[in-house]
Amino acid sequence: MFRYALRRVFAAIPTLLILIALAFFMIRAAPGGPFDTEKTLHPEIEAKIRAAYHLDEPLIQQLGRYLSGLAQGDFGPSFQYTDRTVTELIREGFPVSLQLGACAMLLALLIGVSAGGWAALRQNRASDHAVMAASMTGISIPNFVIGPLLILVFAVHLDWLPAGGWPSESLFERLPNMVMPVVALALPQIAYIARLTRGSMIEVLRSNFIRMARAQGLAQSTILLRHALKPGLLPVLSYLGPATAAVITGSVVIEQIFGVPGLGRHFVQGALNRDYTLVMGVVVFYGILIILFNFLVDICYGFLDPRVRQRS
Amino acid sequence: MRKSRVNRVALQKASGAGRGLWSDAWRALKRNRAAMSAAIILAVVAVLCVFGPELSPVEFDKLDWDYVSVPPSFEGWHLFGTDDLGRDLFVRTLVGGRISLMVGLVATAVSLVIGISYGAIAGYLGGRVDQVMMRIVDILYAMPFMFLVILLMVLFGRNIALIFVAIGAINWLDMARIVRGQTLSIKRREFVEAAQAAGVTTPRIIRRHIVPNLFGVVVVYVTLTIPQVILVESFLSFLGLGVQEPMTSWGALVNEGAKAMENEPWGLIFSAGFLAATLFCCNFIGDGLRDALDPRDRSA
Repeated sequence: MFRYALRRVFAAIPTLLILIALAFFMIRAAPGGPFDTEKTLHPEIEAKIRAAYHLDEPLIQQLGRYLSGLAQGDFGPSFQYTDRTVTELIREGFPVSLQLGACAMLLALLIGVSAGGWAALRQNRASDHAVMAASMTGISIPNFVIGPLLILVFAVHLDWLPAGGWPSESLFERLPNMVMPVVALALPQIAYIARLTRGSMIEVLRSNFIRMARAQGLAQSTILLRHALKPGLLPVLSYLGPATAAVITGSVVIEQIFGVPGLGRHFVQGALNRDYTLVMGVVVFYGILIILFNFLVDICYGFLDPRVRQRS
Repeated sequence: MRKSRVNRVALQKASGAGRGLWSDAWRALKRNRAAMSAAIILAVVAVLCVFGPELSPVEFDKLDWDYVSVPPSFEGWHLFGTDDLGRDLFVRTLVGGRISLMVGLVATAVSLVIGISYGAIAGYLGGRVDQVMMRIVDILYAMPFMFLVILLMVLFGRNIALIFVAIGAINWLDMARIVRGQTLSIKRREFVEAAQAAGVTTPRIIRRHIVPNLFGVVVVYVTLTIPQVILVESFLSFLGLGVQEPMTSWGALVNEGAKAMENEPWGLIFSAGFLAATLFCCNFIGDGLRDALDPRDRSA
């Protein structure tokens, strides 16, 4: 198990380095700089500014500087908000995004697994078809369409929930503001997870060890919870990596739609304002997060399924 | 009804025709009513998008100050209403559909070409080469590509060719994995051995004997890639990073519609409806094709 984990770590490191290098060189290769303004700066002043941000050094040296800063948790200064560092902006925005993302993932797992499992037990009956049709709809409607539609129905017409915003006082006051963004983020994932769960549960329920358990006369609930659930949920577990990535990506638009001051909104604003260090910081930060999550999922998978860690 | 089908099958069996993989699949697909209706709806959407703007009396980028933000009506032929600049949303939705569908096809083709060549080469050559190539895919797999694409669009401007290539280039990983797996099983078959024995060169074996036999898997995967790609493009357009005004796409229209939805909800509803219906139909067809071509694999 330890060797398996070590191998996974060695697989994750090059991914991370490639990601950082790609983002880094892409930004340097872009036409136009962060200090392009309407009036041209005095060359001497511009040189000073460039020197202050170390933009005058060779690229490799800049990359090295960025990496060593990163190792110490320093994402560099923000080009746009001159008095703030990117680390500060991330520290401010991320908890907000995390609340949304974590709630969405929990909701997706809870509803997705139960709906999928229920459909598997009633395979090819009307309720199964209904769940599958609903999940197909969920997959087909992107969350940037769900968001505005939710606002249109529940905020504009019914006036049940606030259309956006993020009161920062207490969690309790924030709850009504969180409902719609969380649902909009979770819906496509609910749909995917329900389909995955249904597929693998059907396969598991057909397998020999379940037939054996039935032959032993075990209660249906024991069979399901003690025997079928664990192997049936393995595909869902391995989907958690891509799901995290999808929820993080989705949060970029969802935060924009609902006016949530999270990291995703910083990303879009930073991108439009050409705040290179901020954009780069968010890409790297989320990249690390996704890679880390994939790593954790792999480890859990290795724990649950001995075949995986013995192979290769 | 049932008897006639049995007869027809018996007849075809007797004549020895139409029992291949494709005719079997076609028959299974025809029986799948959901997939067939999805195909019809998709065809209607595609025909509308391709020919609709040509037939319409209004241009998609014409500003009409007499009809600003009017709701859908037959007066002036604004079937889906107009936006806040007086542009006809019916034509704009169809023109946007052209972009979305074109991105779907072109970007999928890009990912198809990369994925098939990569996967077939890795699978056929095997050994060390395969290991290295697949390790590269593993590494790329864990990358948050969406962020890199956003970065790319921000840095290098909104360029439609760039969208095609960028989206295609991030979608080939799954294709490469699937193709490689399939190639591994194909290369042990007798006709490949025969080709090797006859001294056919490796590139030619891959081109003439491996790739044509990949089609079953690839077709299913392509129908599932198209909606993914359309989704990515509309995501970018929604963020304002896709096609440039006055050109439009479904994602951009949803974005504009969402901004004005309190007073003019039609702007949101029609473009969102077209986008969702197209994705829905593509997914249904892909599912139906998978069931038709590979009855074993019904999971997920």
